[in-house]
Amino acid sequence: MINVTGLSKRYGTNLAVKDVNFNIEKGEIIGFLGPNGAGKSTIMNILTGYLSMTQGQVLIDGYDITEYPEEAKKRIGYLPEIPPLYTDMKVREFINFIYDLKKVKFPKKAHVDEVLKLVKIDNVQNRLIKNLSKGYRQRVGFASALVGNPDVLILDEPTVGLDPKQIIEIRNLISKLGKNHTIILSSHILSEIQAVCQRVIIINRGKIIADDTAKNLSAKLSSERSIVARIMCDESTMLETLKTINGVKSVTSLGSMEKGSFDFLIEPDDDADIRADVFDRVVSMGKKMLSFKDNTMSLEQVFLRLTEADDDELERLLGTTADKETKSEGDEE
Amino acid sequence: MNAIFKREFKAYFNTPIGFIVLAAYYFFLGLFFSLIYRSGSPSIETVIMAMSIVSVFTMPILTMRLMSEDRRQKVDQALITAPVKLTSIVLGKFFAAFAVFALSFAPTVIFEIIVATKISVNVLSYIYALFGMFLLGGALISIGMFISCLTESPVVSAILTLVINILIIYMSNFASMVNNSFLAKVFEKAAFVSASESFGQNIFSIPDIVYFVSIIAAFLFLSVRSLEKRRWS
Repeated sequence: MINVTGLSKRYGTNLAVKDVNFNIEKGEIIGFLGPNGAGKSTIMNILTGYLSMTQGQVLIDGYDITEYPEEAKKRIGYLPEIPPLYTDMKVREFINFIYDLKKVKFPKKAHVDEVLKLVKIDNVQNRLIKNLSKGYRQRVGFASALVGNPDVLILDEPTVGLDPKQIIEIRNLISKLGKNHTIILSSHILSEIQAVCQRVIIINRGKIIADDTAKNLSAKLSSERSIVARIMCDESTMLETLKTINGVKSVTSLGSMEKGSFDFLIEPDDDADIRADVFDRVVSMGKKMLSFKDNTMSLEQVFLRLTEADDDELERLLGTTADKETKSEGDEE
Repeated sequence: MNAIFKREFKAYFNTPIGFIVLAAYYFFLGLFFSLIYRSGSPSIETVIMAMSIVSVFTMPILTMRLMSEDRRQKVDQALITAPVKLTSIVLGKFFAAFAVFALSFAPTVIFEIIVATKISVNVLSYIYALFGMFLLGGALISIGMFISCLTESPVVSAILTLVINILIIYMSNFASMVNNSFLAKVFEKAAFVSASESFGQNIFSIPDIVYFVSIIAAFLFLSVRSLEKRRWS
């Protein structure tokens, strides 16, 4: 549905987007993740035809955004970072304007009613936009993206400024829309991306540094099924003992986090399940185990680790376990 | 284009701008008409052409936020990412401002009727004067809109437009200050007051019509290009 090849954008001497490539299939929900100034919004602005690219090609449903802008734009609903609203208009009036602007073919009243209902702003439809709260404005912006029922929805931080209840509503709405729309979503709320998106594209300094499912990403970055155990014991003896357990590859002491106990990071050999053995050994030594948990990284940790890593480290982190589709590796100059 | 025209025209009357502009024209049209009516030789054509002075001050108000406000509030993102051509955006906004301007001359119809009850009038000459004023107004609007494209601040746009309006309308007054005789002649002829003279005197002058039409076209084109250029910066 969306094909991006070799996309670059230069602002003066600053290369804001560097050779970005990705493909998005129909019906996918993709999360754009990246620190501030990473180039997420720039990429979104290029995809929607608001900005032009310095190099590269963007195809929306097969239509080149620069050569057939009208055909391509017809298929996109865009909610920018700051919802573009005429604040001197009433909500319904504004949605009607967007309807006319997009030259939508559906019956007007029914379609506008439907859109207003979908984002739950039908109760404020006769109020001036300038008198609405941030959350409501955000939803009016969302509604205008939905007008015309475009196949592709590009949402730049759609839940900013909403209260927790509204966030859940919008998230559910995105999931619902995801069944028959292609959605790109950017957010700095990682749990949101984890909850809604099937695939995550992590962007840093204008480059894609990872493109995979959230699950695969955290699996890639943390050695699988490693364990962190907190044991009341003597540090050096326990280290030695744990190393002798069958299937344990390495044990590292993480130091003392709680008085009288030490934390140990235990990494197993590739397929071994060592949890029962470790537990039994500690108990047989007469020591008390205070906690025992999986060390799989949350998306938050993955994100921090990737965006703080320099190029060499990235290569190591993703290169070692990345055997199937490592598009990000192709980006290295 | 229709959607944008409708929205912009309405916006003039959602804010005081539309009313201020209409009030200014109505006041001065009324004032000039009453003066000229008392003088005994009422010519609505003269009243209409006198409005070029008023336009120096009203045009900046009319055009200042046409483009700049969109950019400031980031609404241009909605317009540019919608499946419409940049030309339609520019034309929609131009005609919205033009409609307000044209509406300002509604009272002249009543004046013309009042005069017609007293003396015989040449309706064609009245229409021709109106046509000339609309060309002049259109030219000022397209220049103002182009300036509005260049900045994010309506105030900057208004001040710049005001200065340029004074220059372009009264260029002929500066003609005597230039030594170069060719330049002096250009100043004299290109000034909007001198170029629009023929319309008030019911003289059919193709060069004058072409002059204004080409200024309108040129600045509409430049407005489209400046929107386009913003995407590439």
